[in-house]
Amino acid sequence: MPVWQQLADSLKTENFAVVAVAEESRGAEHARPWIEQANASYWCLIDVDHRVASLYGMVNVPQCVWIDEAGRIVRPPETAGSTDHFRRMDPVTRTMSAEDQTARETARVAYLDAVRDWVRTGRHALATDQARAKLPTITPEMALADANFRLGVWLRRHGRADEAAPFLAEASRLHPDSWNIWRQAADLEEVGKASGPEFWDRVRGLGDRPYYPPPDIVVGANITG
Amino acid sequence: MAVVLTDSGEFQVAATGGLRVSPGDAEAITGWTLKPEGMCRDALCVPLNDEARRDGKVDVAAFWRTLGHPVVSDAHGETWVLGTAADSRTAALAGLEAPDFALPDLAGAQHRLSDLRGRKVFLTTWASW
Repeated sequence: MPVWQQLADSLKTENFAVVAVAEESRGAEHARPWIEQANASYWCLIDVDHRVASLYGMVNVPQCVWIDEAGRIVRPPETAGSTDHFRRMDPVTRTMSAEDQTARETARVAYLDAVRDWVRTGRHALATDQARAKLPTITPEMALADANFRLGVWLRRHGRADEAAPFLAEASRLHPDSWNIWRQAADLEEVGKASGPEFWDRVRGLGDRPYYPPPDIVVGANITG
Repeated sequence: MAVVLTDSGEFQVAATGGLRVSPGDAEAITGWTLKPEGMCRDALCVPLNDEARRDGKVDVAAFWRTLGHPVVSDAHGETWVLGTAADSRTAALAGLEAPDFALPDLAGAQHRLSDLRGRKVFLTTWASW
């Protein structure tokens, strides 16, 4: 979140807004420490039902969408500066090689530079057909997954955790590519479980597939990711 | 009483035998109005069979499924989610108009995305987990 504040600060003379949505089914109090620590000047919103993820077809955090002055999507959901280098962390010390740390930071900076470039010059905004081609397709399974997730979260919030569990599990089964659903459900079960051994098993299960697909933004001669 | 969760909010309604509610509640929940020809919105009417509209009540769950939308309920039939069909959602995105939403900040104040019209917006998600 401090990263988004830097972004907002560096563009404060532009006609631009950052909106950071916390996918937080445990409620606002759970997100409060991060938001207060970031001392954010932009909108920090709380989304207990993951409504934004549903509307935009997002499956992981952080994912972002670029929206132009007319309210049109000019870049559909994509990874907001994160990379897969964490997958090569030393499992015991939880540290990355210096090389990976540098590569990760370079990708993050390149992504934020691309956002600034877009705000100032319009560069990197996709033409209509390109943007449309990158949109996620919502399947009936995903739509049903969202309904199950919403019911599970509601039951949980109303003290009915035992009843909630099967709906949350069904949501994840129907939409297995959604890290948001699985990790949020794991967190509701027990804080910390979303990044525990089961999470790492699932990440390993990706094999060659990315956890954070890199955005294909061409910055000068470099491609981020 | 039943609780019904839709894209437009949370409704508490008197319901019997599943999600059979008064025509007024049906309209509040779905935005569709009961008429002799069926459930209607603007110029469009969707026929309802006799079972779905008997005793002066509307079976909103059955109607919602007729429209192709997902419906999920708890084991007691007390809490219902009326979702939005995949094809409607995909079609809405294909128009490239950013889907609008209003969400609260930490203080509970609501903020609506479309209020930022006229500015470029970087909409990002994050999570504590």
